[in-house]
Amino acid sequence: MLGIALRLALREMRRNIMRSVLTMLGIIIGVAAVIVLVTLGSGATRQVTQQIANLGSNLLMVSVGKRMGPGQSSTAPAFKLADAEALAREVPALAAVAPQASSASTAIFANENWGTTVTGSTEQYFTVNNRQLAEGRIFTGSEARSGAAVCVIGETVRVKLFAGQSPLGAKMRLRKLSCEIVGLLKPKGQSTMGSDQDDIVIVPLRTFQRRIAGNDDVSLIQVSAKDDISTDAVKQELQRLLRIRRHLSADEDDNFNVMDMKEIATMLSGTTQMMTGLLGAVAAVSLLVGGIGIMNIMLVSVTERTREIGIRLAIGALENEILLQFLVEAVVLSSSGGLIGMVLALVSSSLLAAVLQVPLVFNLPVIAIAFVFSATVGIVFGYVPARKAARMDPIEALRHE
Amino acid sequence: MIATSANENPQPLLELQQVTKVYGSGEAAMPALRGVSFRIEPGEFVAVMGPSGSGKSTCMNILGCMDQPTAGRYCFQNVDVGLLSRNQRTLLRRHYLGFIFQGFNLLNRTSALENVELPLIYRGIDSDVRRAAYQALDTVGLKGWEHHTPGELSGGQQQRVAIARAIVTQPLLLLADEPTGNLDSKRSEEIMELLTTFNRDRGITIVMVTHEADMAAYAKRTVHFRDGLIESDQNQPGDSLC
Repeated sequence: MLGIALRLALREMRRNIMRSVLTMLGIIIGVAAVIVLVTLGSGATRQVTQQIANLGSNLLMVSVGKRMGPGQSSTAPAFKLADAEALAREVPALAAVAPQASSASTAIFANENWGTTVTGSTEQYFTVNNRQLAEGRIFTGSEARSGAAVCVIGETVRVKLFAGQSPLGAKMRLRKLSCEIVGLLKPKGQSTMGSDQDDIVIVPLRTFQRRIAGNDDVSLIQVSAKDDISTDAVKQELQRLLRIRRHLSADEDDNFNVMDMKEIATMLSGTTQMMTGLLGAVAAVSLLVGGIGIMNIMLVSVTERTREIGIRLAIGALENEILLQFLVEAVVLSSSGGLIGMVLALVSSSLLAAVLQVPLVFNLPVIAIAFVFSATVGIVFGYVPARKAARMDPIEALRHE
Repeated sequence: MIATSANENPQPLLELQQVTKVYGSGEAAMPALRGVSFRIEPGEFVAVMGPSGSGKSTCMNILGCMDQPTAGRYCFQNVDVGLLSRNQRTLLRRHYLGFIFQGFNLLNRTSALENVELPLIYRGIDSDVRRAAYQALDTVGLKGWEHHTPGELSGGQQQRVAIARAIVTQPLLLLADEPTGNLDSKRSEEIMELLTTFNRDRGITIVMVTHEADMAAYAKRTVHFRDGLIESDQNQPGDSLC
């Protein structure tokens, strides 16, 4: 009986192809929207996780101020270079320590100028952040200690100021500082946060403090733990040491924050996941609307086919068989819509993923759920019209014009 | 398989006992049948006549198990139809009854063959549905027209399809509601010839409503309705058994 109902439903759909497609449109859009949003969302999450993994899972960031929540922090005294040196000296589990201070500044060369971010740090900056040189060299330890006027620039800065030329040896001006470019970094592209990681100028920390910032503050200390040491243990050690150095009593909260990359990854992917969920929920509403569209058309169809129903009942179709016929028709409509929506979603999310440069991650359970949901919509919204058909009085139905 | 006169046969095909049917209630109550009794033996060919509003359609609906009497009993093969549920009555239609309507009532945009297959499919017969349908269409003289839809067939041909659909299940009782009402006299005669053949050769009992005495003449017995009552119930003159 089910096979016959299925065949009848397909035939009915072919007969009213235009109407069927319009009826399915709600479901098509709903399913496609859910799948596309979730696919792109998963892609974004994957991208975040990957980029953080690229940075190195043994990286920790020590920043000033207590983290209060996303984007908020309380103010607190800055670190000094001595803090970083103390960490390097007293925590043996650390492989590298890179104290940093940075500010926005305009870089000028010849007639060109470019607004960029200047970061002062030590030579360990390059180790900790896993930055390689395209050409030239990084500044030496002695240059760093003496506060020499040298800098390493990123690809974006090179393009803006030097166009096609090699920048090595050129003197670039940063505020009052005229520094010699000794190295060019390999491009790294966009960061997780969307900032350009190649739009940077790195100078020795001491040079930055004396000649650009005019103070001896350090706003961020990046450290990397040795390979076989757990970041949790390192984190606790850093916290203990910094509390002593910052003279915090037992009842005071930390006025600094140690974050490892795992935490950052969780935080960021949590955000993208929440957005994905929200957008998916909005898209799911359109599935519901699509279901109502199906109910509407099925009710019209039942009325239109009253005579057919009368004939079937007279010939010997049981109530349940009529019910099944119309229910199957609604389910065929909705699940065909689901199927088309699925294909549409796969195609459009592939295209969108390419355009947005997000990895394509098909979330199979979500695709399956969207499809099953669309079929369920057919059952739920097809039931009322189908029951109306099944309960018809054959005599009345046969008289219907 | 030959019609015998009433009361001799211990088991009639069907029997109506003081059947009344009232539509509406209270002031608006309108009696359509006011105490109708008759029995039909297997193999009979009965014409039901009467002016419109005389209750013959109501009677046909009750015979077809599509409507229930308000009072009185309708027994089909000694089963009291009044005690059956809606589904049981549907099954009774499915297995024992065939219907022919004035308006043909074929499924539009569905081939003659598929129309004829329909009752077999509901019977749950899996094998040879197609062959049986071909054969039924052949017996009504529509060989070669199997794949035409009702829209592509003439009125007479459509009624033949309807007859094929009614007899393909080999029913005990064929109920025909003005089967020639929409046809010219030539086609009407052809249809009546067909019905007579099925009655004679296959012993299918036929109850047919008609307005035309010409058509009623094909039947062996004519029942006249008037105002919800049977006015007369007689065998046709010339009935060999009379």
